Amino acid sequence: MNPAVKNTFLFALVGVLLIGTGIIQGWNSTLVILNMGLISAIMALGVNLQWGFAGLFNIGVMGFVALGGLATVLVSTPPVPEAWEAGGLRILAGLVLGAATVVAAVMVQKRLQGRTRTLATLVILVGGFFLYRAVFDPGKVAVEAVNPAVSGNLGGLNLPILLSWPVGGLLAAGAAWVIGKTALGLRSDYLAIATLGIAEIVIAVMKNEDWLARGVKNVIGLDRPVPREIDLQNDPGFVERAASLGLDPITASTLYTKIGYAVLFTVVLLIILWLAQMALNSPWGRMMRAIRDNEVAAEAMGKDVTARHLQIFILGSAICGIAGAMMTTLDGQLTPGTYQPLRFTFLIWVMVIVGGSGNNFGAILGGMLIWWLWVQVEPLGLGLMNILSAGLAEDSALRDRLIDSAAHMRLLTMGLILLLVLRFSPRGLIPER
Amino acid sequence: MDILNALVAFANFVFVPGLAYGAQLAIGALGVTLIYGILRFSNFAHGDTMAFGTAITIIVTTALTGLGITFGPLPTALIALPFGILGTILLLLGTDWAVYKFYRQQKASPVILVIVSMGVMFVMNGIVRFIIGVREVNFADGERFIITAREFRTMTGLNEGLAIKTTQAIAVVVAFIVMALLFWFLNKTRTGKSMRAFSDNEDLALLSGINPDWVVKVTWMIVAALATTAGVLYGLDKSFRAFTYFQLLLPIFAAAIVGGLGNPIGAIAGGFVIAFSEVTITYAWKKVLTYLLPEPLEPDGLVQLLSTDYKFAVSFAILIIVLLFKPTGLFKGQSV
Repeated sequence: MNPAVKNTFLFALVGVLLIGTGIIQGWNSTLVILNMGLISAIMALGVNLQWGFAGLFNIGVMGFVALGGLATVLVSTPPVPEAWEAGGLRILAGLVLGAATVVAAVMVQKRLQGRTRTLATLVILVGGFFLYRAVFDPGKVAVEAVNPAVSGNLGGLNLPILLSWPVGGLLAAGAAWVIGKTALGLRSDYLAIATLGIAEIVIAVMKNEDWLARGVKNVIGLDRPVPREIDLQNDPGFVERAASLGLDPITASTLYTKIGYAVLFTVVLLIILWLAQMALNSPWGRMMRAIRDNEVAAEAMGKDVTARHLQIFILGSAICGIAGAMMTTLDGQLTPGTYQPLRFTFLIWVMVIVGGSGNNFGAILGGMLIWWLWVQVEPLGLGLMNILSAGLAEDSALRDRLIDSAAHMRLLTMGLILLLVLRFSPRGLIPER
Repeated sequence: MDILNALVAFANFVFVPGLAYGAQLAIGALGVTLIYGILRFSNFAHGDTMAFGTAITIIVTTALTGLGITFGPLPTALIALPFGILGTILLLLGTDWAVYKFYRQQKASPVILVIVSMGVMFVMNGIVRFIIGVREVNFADGERFIITAREFRTMTGLNEGLAIKTTQAIAVVVAFIVMALLFWFLNKTRTGKSMRAFSDNEDLALLSGINPDWVVKVTWMIVAALATTAGVLYGLDKSFRAFTYFQLLLPIFAAAIVGGLGNPIGAIAGGFVIAFSEVTITYAWKKVLTYLLPEPLEPDGLVQLLSTDYKFAVSFAILIIVLLFKPTGLFKGQSV
């Protein structure tokens, strides 16, 4: 079977799975899975750029996704004028001071020598920290005291939410630049630990800095780029068109908004895929793969390995940030408590490995396929457990145990799939060409 | 000025908890560092191995208390610990046979093994949830305190109390025993010496007739014992939740790297460095400073450098600083 036929077959398989879901569980479920699948595919493209093209081991995807989510709040929510009056400027001044401290410390590190250097760095860092806290803390307390039940944060810029997608990418890129500058020179597994740590810190900041995006109090009711269902149901024109298609207005409106999202996501996915393909087949892409396959040789050829790594690390993280902003837009709410590394970092890695690292189509296939599985393993597992325990008595403890444990099938299945693919088909479903 | 009260407050809120946490981290980091030294990869499944061992121990503990067997004032989990270790040894040897062996024979690069360990992490996480669920489990029984704050106050007449939990003392004592045993094993026994040789120079070790399969098996067994012990000590001191064990991965790796990956002494030192920095930086120093400083200088705020929610940030910051300035760690570790 030649590769083109095989790839078409694999994508058709995903299509069949989605259509099957539609027939058995309803078209709304299909669209829910499809939308998250598209977002997962974009995240997988980002990770594939870093791992597949450049061999960078980033397991902090969750952090970049969360930063994208933060962007939606900062861009789309209306500002809270009372909070800005209470301490907005103080907070900004504090942040600037904090940044200045770090910059000064880095400058001292670069310019000075020996013991003066150590001493000066310490003085700057410690002094800067207390100065920052002295300026920042009162502002934070004042802002968080402003109407904490509904706001307690500074709010955003009140711009259209679609704008938050590129902004999310920029935020993630900024964070990636800082991490890359410090950690990219290190060995691969040190970079892994560093990114893992940064992701946890990003989540900790988002949970605890209420002035930013309300922390664990969550931001709900974000703007939407597509019409709300209730508006559609109240629109006589829409109800009429739905009726002409033989649908009741409620189903029609839910399908309509979901299809709207799906179209938007597909457009973004196609743009990113096109860019990634162009990059892969350009001289730049060939250089990246050369660096990945043999850093020493590439360096001998005059390639600046660290700078190229930094570049691709930022690009891949930015894509994850964009996907994160899209996901929060789809959810309509930012809930920092729901970001889990297993779901937002390691699952994306399963997608990339299973799909085929180094191949953009593989990443997309992996994203859609693994996401479908992730959603469906639980009902499938429950079915399996019901069959397994069918012979047991109604009140048997073993039966209850089996049925209860179906809920935990997901992680086990994902791990098994990852291990099996790594063992028997290490290059993934659609291997790199 | 009241140095005595300040010291007691410091011991109660910083030193004792830091020591217990440091002991737990150190044993966890020893496991990571041994795998790195001998099998040559960073094992991301270590947190979940700890969770598995603890889960087995909890189940055996429940069975034992059900039979009416307890350990007097000490937690019953200590009797159940060997069973937990045994279960974990079986799991790890099975995992090695089914998963890692293949890549070892292929001489796969370390980063592939790290990804493989990610898959193992998923599977183990699933298994732990199967056998014990996701709820929080408290399995410490026996005496809760060696000395309570109130007893200490009446005994010494000081304002401040010093409470020492039984579990904290057990953590330190057990950790000390485990470390002593491990170093005796590595330095005095034939197998231990061959493990060190294997870690130093694989080819030379093979040339001198060391059986690599045996070394690998023994390593997994020791790692199982270390991981289960660390997990049980942590669970006794705090409580058991599958998810917190996964999160322990970060401070444990930080400890192992700060000490120097592959270096057992480094892992212990790293464990205490990370633990004490986390506790000191997230502790509100107001109480201690109030005792120490003259009245006009007494602080108004809590004098807490960072809120406790940022304890990850502390271990992480230390990790980065050490990596930037001393990439092989405080004690010289290996770099592959």
